[in-house]
Amino acid sequence: MPNLKQRGIDVYNWFEQRLGLGAPVIEAAEHEVPSSTSSWWYVFGSAATVILILQVMTGILLALVYTPSASDAWNSLQFLNHNVQLGWFLRAMHGWGSDFMIAIVLIHMAQVFLFGAYKFPRELTWIIGVFLLLLTLGMAFTGQVLRFDQDAYWGLGIGASIVSRVPFIGGPLVDLMLGGPIIAGPTLTRFFALHVFVIPGILLGLVGLHVWMVLRLGINEWPMPGRLVSKKTYTREYHQLAEKTGIPFVPDAAWKDAIFAAAIMLAVVACALWFGPFGPTGQPDPTIIQTAPKPDFAFLWIYAVLAYLPPSLETPVLFIAPTLGICAMLLLPLLSGEGEKHWSRRPVADLMIAVIAVTLGAFTRLGMYTPWSPIMNAWTSDPIPPTYLHNRTPLEREGAIVLQNKQCRNCHSIGGAGGMRGPALDSIASRMTEDQIIRQVLQGGGNMPAYGNALNPSETTALVRFLTTLRGDDLSPAIDASRRLALSSEKQSAPSSGH
Amino acid sequence: MIPSEPTPPSDQVTTTDPAANPTNPDSTNPKTAGHSRRVFLFKLSLLVNGAVGAVLAVPILGYLLGPSLKKSSSENSWINLGPFNDFPEGETRLVNYRNPVTTPWDGQTGDIPCWVRRVSGNTFQVFAINCAHLGCPVRWFAQSKLFLCPCHGGAYYADGTRASGPPERGLFEYDHKISGNSLLISAGKMPTLATQACAEPPLTQIEGSPAVRLAAIEQPKSRCSSCQT
Repeated sequence: MPNLKQRGIDVYNWFEQRLGLGAPVIEAAEHEVPSSTSSWWYVFGSAATVILILQVMTGILLALVYTPSASDAWNSLQFLNHNVQLGWFLRAMHGWGSDFMIAIVLIHMAQVFLFGAYKFPRELTWIIGVFLLLLTLGMAFTGQVLRFDQDAYWGLGIGASIVSRVPFIGGPLVDLMLGGPIIAGPTLTRFFALHVFVIPGILLGLVGLHVWMVLRLGINEWPMPGRLVSKKTYTREYHQLAEKTGIPFVPDAAWKDAIFAAAIMLAVVACALWFGPFGPTGQPDPTIIQTAPKPDFAFLWIYAVLAYLPPSLETPVLFIAPTLGICAMLLLPLLSGEGEKHWSRRPVADLMIAVIAVTLGAFTRLGMYTPWSPIMNAWTSDPIPPTYLHNRTPLEREGAIVLQNKQCRNCHSIGGAGGMRGPALDSIASRMTEDQIIRQVLQGGGNMPAYGNALNPSETTALVRFLTTLRGDDLSPAIDASRRLALSSEKQSAPSSGH
Repeated sequence: MIPSEPTPPSDQVTTTDPAANPTNPDSTNPKTAGHSRRVFLFKLSLLVNGAVGAVLAVPILGYLLGPSLKKSSSENSWINLGPFNDFPEGETRLVNYRNPVTTPWDGQTGDIPCWVRRVSGNTFQVFAINCAHLGCPVRWFAQSKLFLCPCHGGAYYADGTRASGPPERGLFEYDHKISGNSLLISAGKMPTLATQACAEPPLTQIEGSPAVRLAAIEQPKSRCSSCQT
């Protein structure tokens, strides 16, 4: 046995003499870090790196089968799902890995921001991190395109429509993005090149720089309230801290990274096993228009924002807001590179994280159930509650049929079934008088189209009669306050004019 | 780091030497004798490589930017949608056509749908499938006489004008003509705001008093259909 051990050491030395990599790697692994950084808060960066490796590996394995051709990509995904041994699992791992990666990268970024880790001398580490976030999102979008299904096809349409709004060069940019006049074969191949070669290449290079800078500058120490960062003294103070409380990164601090990375990997595996792969949904055939395209989870909030912007603000907001946001993130460490690091002394930073998180969360939640989208088949299938038809006149019941036939249900719900674009109609008569309902139906207004051309007078009468019976749980009907005033003033003036 | 590879460590000594002993001329040291010549040659090599790079950049950029340098007019051509009498008057129908510019591996993506509305007689309107907001496929609802978009709820009237929702203009329209018995449309490129921009300012929500709203509805303007011809 000792002979075997000696043999192993000899082999290592043979390589080490020629490569010379072992010593610096061991040195880097064992470098001293402040003991305060051995924390469960410091595990997200390494976890993101581990998931990146998972994504590269599963991506290469998927590329063994995937066919980046507009006519065959969808079929090759079905083939992966159903015909290739464990192909579905690899697809599921890659898909869930991407969701986890975005989540971990965002958490990592928030942690770094709250801990003031972007301050001197780690400004460039943060700036490169911002680019890593953008590249990660780029991977998510291009990956969604490679899952070449209906959502991918129309997602490209949404992308092209957004790009077309760029002033002056929008047209050429769309051509550049699509690679041709329409979304077709050349579009898929260029997104394949982006997803498989261009973005991962840049991503891996920048991750290398990012990690190199963490090693070179040292991991950010646990911030203490009142311990201010000054460019003159920080480096010396950090080294004193590292000397005084230093522990070797491997193994004293790294075990937490390793445990967390393993937990995350297990979570990805569990999600992949439990929920399976993402799609593909319907075939990428633009002639099948019975679809409600939706982007992947990471972009749902943008999808929601685009539903709520008024038309005149849309293009400016679409381009100015992201530019400002990215510039702010890039400039952050340059403008506030010194001073307080601790979150308890940086209320604005805390507030920003809270507001951004709540905003993204709220818009993502809205994007999940898209209340602004008409439900395209609600009019054919959703029932009208029997109580709304009970004891109604034939005309009122006729109105219920008009409501169904004229597809009002696509945007308005009754009895909890139907679209949410317009208000629910269950208690409409308690909010609007008959005159107001007639006017709203015929002329539209707000978010409602005018139905004057789609309804004949008898249909209008029937519909309005039905709507005036909808008063929720017998709320009192809406009344025109001014009419009563007018009537009473007429009554008052009537006797005087009679004289 | 790279320059230090070919030069031995003694080079560092020689470079500091002339500073310490300015009387000692470079020519006496064989190692530094050709230094300035080699620096010049290195700079020259950088220049040559820069020139080669510039020459290479021309075809690379040309290849890369090729799709956007094409004139968009060359991508549209007249497509036959079939005998125009197949379209009933007063109805709007979905018609699929094969895009004139495709690659053999485009598959289904080369089939493009469009909405054909026969107003009456020879009067047609042909709308693109793409919503003017973000390009999602709009669907025609014959009963309510509306085009609805499933993405963000954009709505258009039967003549393609904007009814409500986030679109800032009406539906994109293809140029069409009737040749013999057939209805032809000029298509080939996905319509976007960049290619079919509308000169009119975006229509915002109709606001103000009911009288103003009534006036706005009673005077229907042919939005955008005029600025495309």
